[in-house]
Amino acid sequence: MRFYQSRYLTQGLAKILIWVASLFSIAVMILILIQILSEGIPVISLNFLLDHPRSMGREGGIFSTIIGTAALTGLAIIFATPLGVGTAIFLREYTRESRVSRIIRFGTDCLAGIPSIIFGLFGFIFFVIYLNLGWSILSGGLTLASMILPTIICTAEEAIKAIPYSYREVSYSLGGTKWQTITRTILPNALPGIFTGVILSVGRSIGETAAVILTAGSSLVMPTSIFSPIRTMAVHFYILAREGVSMEMAYGTGAVLIIMVLLVNTIANLLLNRYIRQRT
Amino acid sequence: MDKKYKIQNILILFLLFILINGCQKQKAGITLAGSNSITPFAELLAEEYMLINPQSRIHVQDGGSTAGIVAIRNNAAHIGMCSRPLSPTERDLHSVIIAKDAIAIIVHPKNPVEDLSISQIRLIFSGKIRNWREVGGLSNPIVVITREEGSGTRDSFQKMVMGKDEITLEALVQDASGTIRQLVADDPNAIGYISLGLVNEKVKPLKIAGVEPTFKNIENGKYTLVRPFLFVFKCEPEGEVKTFLDFVLSKRGQQLLAKEGLVPVIQE
Amino acid sequence: MEIKEKVIEKILLIIAFSTILILALIAFFIFEQGSSLIWKVGLKNFILGDRWVPSKGEFGILPMIVGSFWVTFGALILGIPLGLSSAIFLCEWIPPMVAMFLRPAIHLLAAIPSVIYGFWGLITIVPIIRNYLGGPGLSILSGSIILGIMILPTIISISEDSLKALPPSYKAGALALGATHWQTIWRVLIPAARSGILASIILGMGRAIGETMAMIMILGNAVKMPSSFLDSARTLTTNIGIEMGYSTGDHRQALFATGIILFFIIMILNSLAIIISRRRTR
Repeated sequence: MRFYQSRYLTQGLAKILIWVASLFSIAVMILILIQILSEGIPVISLNFLLDHPRSMGREGGIFSTIIGTAALTGLAIIFATPLGVGTAIFLREYTRESRVSRIIRFGTDCLAGIPSIIFGLFGFIFFVIYLNLGWSILSGGLTLASMILPTIICTAEEAIKAIPYSYREVSYSLGGTKWQTITRTILPNALPGIFTGVILSVGRSIGETAAVILTAGSSLVMPTSIFSPIRTMAVHFYILAREGVSMEMAYGTGAVLIIMVLLVNTIANLLLNRYIRQRT
Repeated sequence: MDKKYKIQNILILFLLFILINGCQKQKAGITLAGSNSITPFAELLAEEYMLINPQSRIHVQDGGSTAGIVAIRNNAAHIGMCSRPLSPTERDLHSVIIAKDAIAIIVHPKNPVEDLSISQIRLIFSGKIRNWREVGGLSNPIVVITREEGSGTRDSFQKMVMGKDEITLEALVQDASGTIRQLVADDPNAIGYISLGLVNEKVKPLKIAGVEPTFKNIENGKYTLVRPFLFVFKCEPEGEVKTFLDFVLSKRGQQLLAKEGLVPVIQE
Repeated sequence: MEIKEKVIEKILLIIAFSTILILALIAFFIFEQGSSLIWKVGLKNFILGDRWVPSKGEFGILPMIVGSFWVTFGALILGIPLGLSSAIFLCEWIPPMVAMFLRPAIHLLAAIPSVIYGFWGLITIVPIIRNYLGGPGLSILSGSIILGIMILPTIISISEDSLKALPPSYKAGALALGATHWQTIWRVLIPAARSGILASIILGMGRAIGETMAMIMILGNAVKMPSSFLDSARTLTTNIGIEMGYSTGDHRQALFATGIILFFIIMILNSLAIIISRRRTR
C-alpha cells in the first residue's frame, strides 16, 4: 500500500514540476517578444520604414538599414545556393558513402558549429583586409554565405534524398544522361525543399550581428555598389541600444527585426509542411 | 530550349550590369574611420554636408582611434578620426583639430558626491578607494565603469587622470559611451567617464577640485580634462576630402559641433 | 556528351569541396594571425596567465576561459532541466493539437536574433539582480539566465525529436509491466533517448560558448578573474568582440589567438556531438 502511494506521489510531483518548468520556459520566451513588440510596434509606421536615418539615428527611419539587410542577405544567398545545391547534388547523386563523402560531411558539420565571431574574424582578415574588399556588402555577403552554406547543403540533401529512385529510373530509361536527369527531373522536384532551406538561411542572416559588424561596416548612408559599407537592421539595433541615442528607435528597429524573422520562419515552416504533405 | 537560353542570357547580362556598376569602388565618396567618440559627430557633419552636396557620399566607420590611423595608412579610409593626441610613431601624419572635447566624470544624479579631486578619481579608478563613504558618499561599494582598451577616450583618460596607474581589472568594460551613460544612470553606485558632449540630464558630471565642466571653464583652461578631436590624413588633403574638411572648419560646421556639446576651435 | 558529363562531375566535385575549402581558409587565416603571438607570449602564459592588459603587452586569457566556463555551466544548469522538462511535456503530456502549434513556435524562438535577447536581459534581468542580489547586475548570473533561455529551443527541439523517435513498444512495454507514466518516462524513455538528449545538450553548449553579442551587453566585461556568480566577467567570445574593432598589432593578434583557443574548444565539442549523434543513427 505504501509502495503504491509513493510511486504515484513521485509521479504527481514530477508532473507538477514539469508543467511548471515547461510553462515557465515558454512563458519567458513569449514575454521577451511581447515586451519588445509592445514598445516597438507603436514606433513602426510607413515613414519609419521608408525614411532615412537622420541625426545618428535619433530621427527619421531605418530605410537604409532595410536596404542594407536585403542586399547583404541577397548576396549571401546568391553565393551560397549554387555552392550548397551543387554539394548536395554531388553527395547524393555522384557518390555513395565513401571517404570523400565522409570528409565533405565532416567539413559541413564543423562549419555549422563555428561561432559567428570566428566567422567575423575570418571575414575581416580575409575579405576586408587580404582581398582588399574593404568593409562592404561584398565582404559581408561572402562571410554570411560561408555561415549559411551548411544549412543549405543539409536541406538540399534532404530534399534530393526524398525523391524516389523511380524518378531517376524513368529518366534514364528514356535515354537521359545523368546531368539531364538531375536538371530536369530531380532539381525541379527538390526545389520546394531547397527553397525552404534558403528561407531558413534568410531568417538567420537577418539576425546575424557579430560577423556583419566586422565585415560590412556600420555606415548609415545608402549603398551605391556592392563595395559600399552598410548597416543592417540587427547592427543598427545593437548600436542604438548601446549608444543610448534613442530608445524609441531601438525598440522600433527591434520590433521590425523580430517581425521579419518571425515572418520568414513562419513562411519556411508553412512551405515545409506543405512540402512534406505533398510527398507523403 | 530557346526559352531557357533566353533566361540564361538575361541573367548573365544582369550579373554583368551589377558587376560593372558595383565595381565603381574608387568613385564611391570618402570614408572616415576611427574614434567611436567622434563617430556620432562625424555622422552629423556628413549628413549636413550631404544636404548641401547631394552628389557626395560620406561614409563614417567607427572602430577606435588607433584603428582609424591604421585605416588611413592602409588606404581603407581617407580621413582618420582620432580622439587622443597623436603618438610619436604617428607624427608623420597630417592632423587637424576640428573641435575640443572635455571628458566628464559622471555619477548617478542621486549620488550625494558632487566634487572630487583628480587624485581621488585616480584612486577610485585604480581600485584603491572602493567604497563611496571614503569620499563622502553613502556606504556602498563603488562600481567602476571604463571604456575598452584601444578606445581613444580611455587613452585620454589614462593619460590625463591615471598617469602611471592601471585602471582596476575589476572595472566593468563597455564598448560605447552611451552604454556607460545608461549604466551610470541606472546604478546609484556607478562611476564612469564619457565625452562631455554626451552628458544628459540622466547623469551628473562631477566637479573636479571645485571646477565645474562647463564651456567657460574649458575655454579659460580651468577644467583640465580636455582632449582634441583630430582629423588625420595620410597626406595633404585635397579634392573632396579638402572640401569636407573646409566645411567642418567652417562656421556652419563648427556651430553644429557646438550645438552638440563640443568646444569649437574656430571662434567667430 | 560523355565528356560533358565527366566535366560536370569534376566541377561538382570541386564545388562539393567548398565547405572544406572555407574551413581550411578559416583555420589557416586565424592561425596565421594568432599563432605568432602565442609563440611570442608562450602557450602556457597565454592560457594560464590571469592578466589581460593589452596596453602593457600582458596577454593572459585564463579569466576569459573561466568566464566562458561559468557562464556556460550556469546556462546548462538552467537550460537542461527546463529544456528537458519542456521536451517531455511536449511529447507526453500535451494533446497533439496543441503540440503541433507549440513546436513551430519554439523553432521560431530559436531564430530570434541574439541582440534582442541581450537587450531584453539588459533592461529586465540586470536591474532585478542589481536591486535584489547586489553587485552591478551585469554578472555571470545574468549571463547564465539569458544564455539558458537562448539555448532552450535547441535542447527542447532535439530532445523532443529523440523522444518521439523511440519505438512505441518501449512505452507500451513499460506501462504493461505496471509502471506509472512518470516511471516510464524517467526510467525507460529518457535513458533510451539519452544519446539524442546528450547531443542536444552538447549542441546547446556549443551555442552557449559561441554566443557573443548578448554576452557583451550583459556580462559587464570586467577583465579580472570572476570569483562569484554576481561578479562581472568576460568570455572568450566577448573578449574578441569588445576589443576587435579597436585593436592593432600585438593586441589584434592576441584576439586572433583567443579565436584559436575558442576554435579548438568548439571543434572538440562539435566532434563529440557528431560522434554521439552518429552513434544514435546506427
